[in-house]
Formats: sequence, structure tokens, C-alpha cells
Amino acid sequence: METTSSAFKENATRALHDAALQRALENVPRGFIQKRLLARDRLPEFEALREQARAIKDHTLAHLDLYLERYEAKVKASGGHVHFAADGEEAKRIIIAIARRLGARSVTKGKSMVGEEIELNEALLAAGIQPVETDLGEYIIQLRGEHPSHIIAPAVHLTRDQVEADFRQAHAHLPRERNLDEAAKLVHEARLVLREKFIAADMGITGANFLVAETGTSIIVTNEGNGDLTQILPKAHLVLTTIDKLVPTLEDVATLLRLLARSATGQEMSCYTTFSTGPRRPGDPDGPQEYHVILLDNGRSAMLGTPFQPMLRCIRCGACLNHCPVYQAVGGHAYGWVYPGPMGAVLTPSLVGLDKAGQLPNASTFCGRCEEVCPMKIPLPGMMRHWREREFERHLQPAAARYGLKLWAFLAERPALYRLVARLGNRALRLWSRGKPRMSTLPLAGGWTRFRDFPTPEARTFMDQWQDRRPNG
Amino acid sequence: MADLDHRAVLFSRIRQGLGVSGEEPARRRVVEERLSQHSRNLVPRRGQLERSARIALFRTMAEGVHATVAEADKPADIPALIADYLRQQNLPSRIRHGNDRLLSELPWRETAPTVERLSGRAEPTDEVSVSRAAAGVAESGTLILLSGPDNPTTLNFLPETHIAVVQGNDIVASYEDVFDRIRGAYGTGQLPRTLNMITGPSRTGDIEQRLELGAHGPKRLHIIIVKSPER
Repeated sequence: METTSSAFKENATRALHDAALQRALENVPRGFIQKRLLARDRLPEFEALREQARAIKDHTLAHLDLYLERYEAKVKASGGHVHFAADGEEAKRIIIAIARRLGARSVTKGKSMVGEEIELNEALLAAGIQPVETDLGEYIIQLRGEHPSHIIAPAVHLTRDQVEADFRQAHAHLPRERNLDEAAKLVHEARLVLREKFIAADMGITGANFLVAETGTSIIVTNEGNGDLTQILPKAHLVLTTIDKLVPTLEDVATLLRLLARSATGQEMSCYTTFSTGPRRPGDPDGPQEYHVILLDNGRSAMLGTPFQPMLRCIRCGACLNHCPVYQAVGGHAYGWVYPGPMGAVLTPSLVGLDKAGQLPNASTFCGRCEEVCPMKIPLPGMMRHWREREFERHLQPAAARYGLKLWAFLAERPALYRLVARLGNRALRLWSRGKPRMSTLPLAGGWTRFRDFPTPEARTFMDQWQDRRPNG
Repeated sequence: MADLDHRAVLFSRIRQGLGVSGEEPARRRVVEERLSQHSRNLVPRRGQLERSARIALFRTMAEGVHATVAEADKPADIPALIADYLRQQNLPSRIRHGNDRLLSELPWRETAPTVERLSGRAEPTDEVSVSRAAAGVAESGTLILLSGPDNPTTLNFLPETHIAVVQGNDIVASYEDVFDRIRGAYGTGQLPRTLNMITGPSRTGDIEQRLELGAHGPKRLHIIIVKSPER
């Protein structure tokens, strides 16, 4: 999808003034944070599992070439096919070629962030193939022509009223006077409408939460069961996924599964965890006749051996989004690309380039909650800081910010001068405040005072007070 | 470019990033050992209980995710329990199941004469399916179902009501226990086409984060635990 990450500030301002969005965003902390906390506390081993999970992924990434070799061999041995794709264009070409060979006209899709990343739906439509999103949240945003605002809850930015209006418009064949005043009725209607699509589909495309080298298996984790109907009913099951989803063994998957649902939704386990290995076997009465894995790189291999390699540990649980004060305030669309929140602020510059996404690593208060809740212990603030350094090195910031930082660095390296300037600044601010505790205007700081007051500093600077309090004065 | 070339490019990029050639014997040995040993990581203590406590935990966890549970003393009691359940839920007296031997050999005609049975994979018109779970995991109340003619995967997802039979002896502590059993049955490094872990009936929270059951899969998941025979 088109990147608008460079307009984060403008996007965020618009989001803060969007009343419906702000109402919907109240559901984020309410829906996720408390549930995760309870789930974590119910499992005494949770912290120890995080440490092991980190080690599993670090080990896999360090031996990624070898595990990929084994994974590929196992998929082939089970009768499946592996297609390698360096970027989104190659992946789309492969998928459309398979669809054409099968004569596919309708394709059902399980939720896939990688599909969003490469704009698969647009490519399918252009090739005359109808993609049908089957995850309820994805279905809703497909009807609206939007993109997901959250990696596990794509429609979290919408209210029930908005969904009702969308359904009335899209399902015009249903009686106009039908009652849709509860979420349950909307869910039921989507079930009936999509059931026909599942049965009519020629091909099903899912993503993967994990790939297992030991068995050549792809795994999806869902609550609705849509990913299962997507893969067991049509002639072919296509798995669109990326190289960072690999783990060595089934035991390693078990460890990661114990963290994924708890961190994401606060469930012990999601309803459906499905292990898929190859196509239908002799004697099987159901299942796909063809099984294809499209294994995409799209910039990930370039992260190996860099300070951003730990980002490839991410299992896409969304906990960092849910706990981020910036995400909670502006929602996912403001981030301007597929991956929002702290994980997006680290991943997006890696995948689309710092010049397009340089503002995202700045969209953080560095409160550190994201790293605290990350099941894979990814040092998200540290990596955002890396990006900020690179942004500075590459002169991508506005001139005022660059010179301001340079001036500050000059002073910070000269403590006596720093203290003198601080004292002078302190005095000037107190003079300007005319004895009031807060200032509503401040020269050169309109960007601050337009939205909130500036507090008047105390009479003496921190360093001066510190000197007084030290026991040896 | 052919697929093969894409493959070569990808592997060379990965090896370049990692600073390796791919030929290092030490790296190959580490990977080989990890795959052949498939050692367990930390397994939570929660499910590691003696048989009856393990079954009780499985039941509690499954009910905690909105499954309903009944217990049969012996397999022969299953048909009557299913007939009772269908009546209570006002469901049609027609079920479909696969070729599973335990299910096929039950005294249906003698103990549940009203229940009509169909066999094979699920059809879109089916309202109730019955499958036999290969295992239950006490830790999270999760059922394990394996694809094949005995228990076709469509039975787990198409009908609105899914009834799953699990034997007490098949209720294990952890997912790791399941993997060991499957390695025993299918061979190391082998899985059936589909292995479903099912934890409660289908649900969604996609509209305002409110839990609604029956999104695309079954609205009702009814589990029958067969307590005998004890080993």
C-alpha cells in the first residue's frame, strides 16, 4: 500500500480530532491490557517462557539458511511446493500464475499482514480474480476500502454503528427492515454471507504464524475458523508468508504458542491453531489438492546482521500496540503503512526506507511499555533510538531540530557553560511568566503552547538544588 | 527469472547478512542435532497431574472457553448422551461422522434409535457433526483432531454444532505430550495433512472488542469425555 508515514504528524492531528475514531480507540486498552495481565498472572512460567522464546528465535535466525533448507525439503516431501520471492511483485506474479492455471475466479483469504504489505488484493482484482477477505475485521475494512489499523484487530478503529451502516450498504440483497442492533446479529449476517463465498472459492490464501522446519508445516492461529474454511474447502491452499516465521521444532512452536495468545488477546490459546502439512493425502475425503508456500523476503534478509535483526523475532501479537500511549491516542492509520505502533515504528523504516518512514521512530515517548510487554523481549525503544541516530546522520530531520540538537550537544559537553545557560534561561522564563505558575504563550515555542501550557520553572535550577542537597555540599 | 534463481538469491542474501557460507560443519551439526533431538523447552507445571485431576483440569479449562462437557462412563453410553444433547439443544436428530472405528462401532441402533447417521466429510447442509479427538490437552482444555477418512477436517468447521469425543486415556498434560504421541503414530518429522488444536467454539472480538460466539466455525462445541477404560 502507499506509504503516508512521512505525514505522521498531520495524520495524528487528524486522528485526534476524529470523534468516532476516538470513541472506538477507547476499546483498545479496555479490550486488551487487563486481559493480558490476567492471562500472564495465571501462568507462573510466563517470564521464563519469554526468555526461552527469545532464545528460540535468536537461534533460528542465526541458522536461518539451514533451517530454510530443511523446511523446503520437508514441504516437498509432503507433496507441497515452495516458491521463493524476493519482493512483493514476484510474490504476486507467482500467486496469479497459480490462480490462472487453476482457472480461479474467486479467492478466499485468511487474515494476512503480508498480503497487505504487498497489496495482494489490488493485484488479484487487476488480474480479474475476486479476493474475499474472510476474517470479520478484514471483511469489514475490505467493504470500506480501508486498510487494517491493528495487526490482530483490523477494524478496531470502527464502532458498531459504522459496521451496521456498511453491512446495510453492502448486503443490499437482504431485507431492508432487518434488525442489526447488536454485534451478534452483525456477526451472524457476516457468517451467512461469507459461507457462500467459502463454498464458491476456487483457491484459498492464508498467511502463517509459524513455519516448522522439522515437519515442513505452516501454522495459522485464529479465533473465527475462517482460516480453516479458507484452506480446507478450495482446490488449492496457498500460504503467503515470510522467512522470519521459521522455527526449528514442534516443541519450539509449543513455547511460542503459550506466549502468543496470552500476549495478544489474553486467551490461554486462540480457538483454532492449525498445522498444515502438504496437500490432501491418499484416502483423505477433504482438504486441498494443491499446497503452495510463497516464501517472501521483501527486505527482511537485509535486516540480518544489523542492529535491527532482533525485530525479526516478532510474532505479531500486537501487545506493543495495545500498550503504547501514542497508538492508543491516534490509532493505527496515522502510522501510514501496514504495521503500526512500536513494532511498526521499527519495522517500517527497515522495509520501506528511512526517507519514507523516518517520522515513525519519533512517534514514541520512550516510556518503555512496549519492550516490557513484548513476549519476544524485542528492545523496541533501543531500536527506535538507532533509527533516530540514522535519521540525524543522514540529515533527514528539519534544520531547526538538527541545529537545536547540535547546540544542546555543544552545551552538554561543557558543564560550567551548561549551568550558566540553564540559570539564564531559568531567569528569563520566570520573568516572562510574571509570577504565574503556567505560561500560555512563549516566544519560539508556539508549537508547544498551542496545545498546552508551559510550566514556570522553580526559582533555582535542578543542578543548583542538587549541589545544596549533597551531604558534603 | 525461474523460481530456482529466486531461491539462490534469497539464500545468498541471508548468508551474506549472517556472514556465513552455509558450509560450516559446526553450524550444520547444531541444526541437525536440534532437529533430531527436538528437546522440550520449559513445560508449565499446570497440566502435570495424575489422571483424574488431569481430566478434571481439561474439563474446567474447556468450560472456561465456552465449550460444554459431558462425561460417559464407557463408550457404549455415547449414543444416548448425544441423543440427549440434541434434544436439549433442540437440534435435528441427524449427525455426521467419519470412519472412526470407536464411533462406528457404538451401539447406535440399540441405545439411540432416533439418531440418524451420515458418514463422510461434512456437507454445507450438515447441522451437527461428531468426531473423535486424538487427544485432549489439560493445560488449556484444547482438543487435538487429525485429518483423514476417520475424522475428516470439514466436520470440525462446517456444521454449527460440533460434538467431539475424547477418551480419558487420551487426555494429556501438554502439547509436547501430543507431539510425542504423534511421532509415535506417524513417524518422526511427520504430521497428518491437518492437525487442528481446538480450544472452545468459534468466536470473534472484531466488533468493538466484544466477544461473540460462532463467527465462521461452530457456535457450539460439546465434548464427551469417556472415562473408561483406565489403564
